[in-house]
Amino acid sequence: MNAVLPHLPALQVVVPLIGAILAAFLRRGNFAFTLTLAVSAILPFISGALLWQVLTGGPISYAMGGWAPPIGIEYRVDLLSAFVLMLISVVGVVIIPFAHRSVASEIDASKQAWFYCMYLLCLTGLLGITITGDAFNAFVFLEVSSLATYVLIAMGRDRRALLAAFQYLIIGTIGATLYVIGVGFLYLLTGSLNMVDVAQRLAAVEPDQMRTVITALAFITVGVSLKLALFPLHVWLPNAYAYAPSWVTVFLAATATKVAIYLLVRYLFSIFGVAVNLQALPVGEIIIALSLAAMFIASFVAVFETNLKRMLAYSSVAQIGYITLGIGLANQAGLTGGLVHIVNHAFMKAALFLALGAIVYRIGSARLGDLAGIGRKMPLTMAAFAVAGLGLIGTPGTSGFISKWFLAIGALDRGWWILVPAIMASSMIAFVYVGRVLEMAYLREPSAETARASDPPLSMLLPMLVLAAATVYFGFDTEWTAGIAGKASQALVQGLAR
Amino acid sequence: MTMLAPNDALLLALIAPFIGAALIPVFGRWPNLRETVTLVTAAVLLFFVLQLLGPVLGGARPEWAGFSVAPGLTLAFQVEPLGMLFALIASSLWIVNSVYSIGYMRGNDEPRQTGFYACFAIALGATIGLAFAKNLFTLFLLYEVLTLSTYPLVAHKHSVEARRGARIYLALLIGTSMLLFLPAIIATYVMAGTLDFTPGGILGGKLGSGAMAVLLALYVFGIGKAAVMPIHFWLPAAMVAPTPVSALLHAVAVVKAGVFSIVKVVVYIFGLDTLTAAGANVWLVYLASGCIVLASLIALTRGNLKARLAYSTVSQLAYVVLGAAIATPLGIMGSGMQMATHAVGKITLFFCAGAIYVATHKTEVKELDGLGRTMPVTMAAFLIGSLSIIGLPPFGGTWSKWTLALAAADSGYLVALGALMISSLLNIAYLLSIVGRAFFFAPEPGAASAIREAPLACVIPLSATAGLCVVLFFGAGQVENLLTTMFASR
Repeated sequence: MNAVLPHLPALQVVVPLIGAILAAFLRRGNFAFTLTLAVSAILPFISGALLWQVLTGGPISYAMGGWAPPIGIEYRVDLLSAFVLMLISVVGVVIIPFAHRSVASEIDASKQAWFYCMYLLCLTGLLGITITGDAFNAFVFLEVSSLATYVLIAMGRDRRALLAAFQYLIIGTIGATLYVIGVGFLYLLTGSLNMVDVAQRLAAVEPDQMRTVITALAFITVGVSLKLALFPLHVWLPNAYAYAPSWVTVFLAATATKVAIYLLVRYLFSIFGVAVNLQALPVGEIIIALSLAAMFIASFVAVFETNLKRMLAYSSVAQIGYITLGIGLANQAGLTGGLVHIVNHAFMKAALFLALGAIVYRIGSARLGDLAGIGRKMPLTMAAFAVAGLGLIGTPGTSGFISKWFLAIGALDRGWWILVPAIMASSMIAFVYVGRVLEMAYLREPSAETARASDPPLSMLLPMLVLAAATVYFGFDTEWTAGIAGKASQALVQGLAR
Repeated sequence: MTMLAPNDALLLALIAPFIGAALIPVFGRWPNLRETVTLVTAAVLLFFVLQLLGPVLGGARPEWAGFSVAPGLTLAFQVEPLGMLFALIASSLWIVNSVYSIGYMRGNDEPRQTGFYACFAIALGATIGLAFAKNLFTLFLLYEVLTLSTYPLVAHKHSVEARRGARIYLALLIGTSMLLFLPAIIATYVMAGTLDFTPGGILGGKLGSGAMAVLLALYVFGIGKAAVMPIHFWLPAAMVAPTPVSALLHAVAVVKAGVFSIVKVVVYIFGLDTLTAAGANVWLVYLASGCIVLASLIALTRGNLKARLAYSTVSQLAYVVLGAAIATPLGIMGSGMQMATHAVGKITLFFCAGAIYVATHKTEVKELDGLGRTMPVTMAAFLIGSLSIIGLPPFGGTWSKWTLALAAADSGYLVALGALMISSLLNIAYLLSIVGRAFFFAPEPGAASAIREAPLACVIPLSATAGLCVVLFFGAGQVENLLTTMFASR
């Protein structure tokens, strides 16, 4: 054990990478699934051990290949990255049982092994972005995860999936390019790619180079914002979510945008924020304005979507607005609210997309009108949907309430009380789009299609029930969500230059 | 049997309805067993609540310390006199209402009865939890649970009309609670650093009188269940629900949860002295007085029996709000009394409306001519309930009207005093006219012969609650004793 423990940061990325390589050699979908299941089961233990180490002993620095930072690539785990690693691993293992039947029903048998290979590669990329302490290495992992994602989306049954994947490819590539240009500027200024090193050196740049620093900030922020679908850079997301295979949508909604948000927080708080007084620039204000636009416009669009996958996708754009709102507030309570919503939203949105995936599995449609009376035919599925939907609205007793509580207090601490009614008003729009699904499912008589439906098999049911239960559980016990997010944001906010 | 420790009785009272709610679907296939579960749960709940009465009268405050959810958010329960009274009203009337529900639901052959009884039990559980909440977060949580659990009951018929009514119900209650109530709670927390209900309030010296009036407005309108105009539309809309729902939930549990929350906030968050010293309550006195008269006037124009009763409720709830707005111990006393007496009186009236519907399928006031001859027990109970609502002796309503009038006069609010008097006259007009039609008008020829009294399961409950109206007249002293202990500690 002692031989393994110091290398956990590397294993966090290497295990899924090896899994991906092995899966590429497999032909049978079932074997690939078993392999993925095994990898998914190992990952939470690694992230859990890392989180525990960080909680007890502070940040971990791991020199990849023994090359000491800042020259070599450093893997750096602090509370924030451990928190996000844990999220990805836990979501991965909870939702993987659902994949077996869902993927089997939506992907050709000959491509299933390939599908799992791509998934593991995507997972590798996401974990890599989160754990690496190197700006360029983050770009590499960003591309790894993005390329895998393009393939995964393109495997959707609907032919429009190809267009959606292509759209995402173009926009994703632009985002990655902007990001790498920004990193280039940073390298130009500091001669370093190590994030901690860059932050220290940035603090020492001459005042006449501030324009370059701001340019780098702008490139990186916009590039990452494209990946995290910050309004109005979200246009790729609804199509990608709507036409990707059901299970891919679940995974992307819960993890991919969240990792991009992590990267934004990392740059704003651990790199630029440490070196430059961002309060003097309108960064927070711009982010808050865009967040509000997302919370209202995207929610409003969701109300009028009849394809429920698209509806939930627009809802994601809106909910990402809550997270970035907390980032924009940039104070203890506000950032806690943003960070905790990363986890809370991941769980509830995964539950919602899983429930929808189960409905697609049973009746082959995700259109609102086709769901009449399905609440009586798929009671457990719709119960999970209802509970997670309440979380989206932010009713007390769900984790969504906790997020909103912290965000509202953060807004008041900042003196922007007007944001409080804005947060609540956006919740009310969520209430409308969730409510109309529930009304359709519960208060209508079943149609011929829905009358034959029933709850899916246990392997599909269990993940969504676990995540719906988590939505309620983390509404009452917030030690592992808001508790850690609070500590992480405390460290981040304290580090900010004034 | 040994005495139950008060803290244990509290915990058991809190969970009993939820256990009942979980068991009801288990027995869904056997209606008689299923209804037995409801009745037993209701009886068990009343037993546990009664165990708390003695200690509370003795000055104790049984509590369950609960656990911390997040900084500032604690789930905790504590029994104080007002909550005790509310829990007592809700749990005792639930038993009567359950008997009535059985008669009504079976008499009308309603569908989806298992879900109906399960949601009912959850709603009662939420009501009890709300009554015993120790802080604003706990109260808010159960407030929302109550809203959500009653939504399926309002939508019970699943018709277009029921869906629309339920939509208005949910949108207005959730909307006001999210947009006004929750921001008020957050603001309170940021200013006071706590959300605990504390004798004397927690906001003393924390904000100016103007801001205090605004905060009070956020609470009053945010607590939509209190149906203070103009946030009252949900109540008439909710009348699409089966009558047992209108009776227990929309005359007792839900609406009383609203006014109860307002009184709690006034007494334990603002503090009576803080509020009156700042003068932040004056506007609410006038608003409540206006509501009392206006809602009574609207009731007069409604031809649908349940709609008329709904507007009567809006008016009667404003009495409770008026007592809270006067913000003196006497005013609060009046609010508490009004909660009890209106609950008993109005549930009687709704029971009668439902009994009439079961027996005759009539819903309009003008169709009730001569009904007193064929349904004498029902209409007699309706008369008693009406007289109590109006405030005439020997019925409970007398004391609540008396106390409120006294409180208004004491504090020099002559407008409020006038509103109370005018409203009583209007009550006579819109309630006794129904009784008059039933007893003194001739029935439509040929129509009456087939009509007879509603099933026994309907008639017994409505007689029981009519009897309670009398009991509350002679037993008002007990209610007063209980409420007095609210201010005894100061």
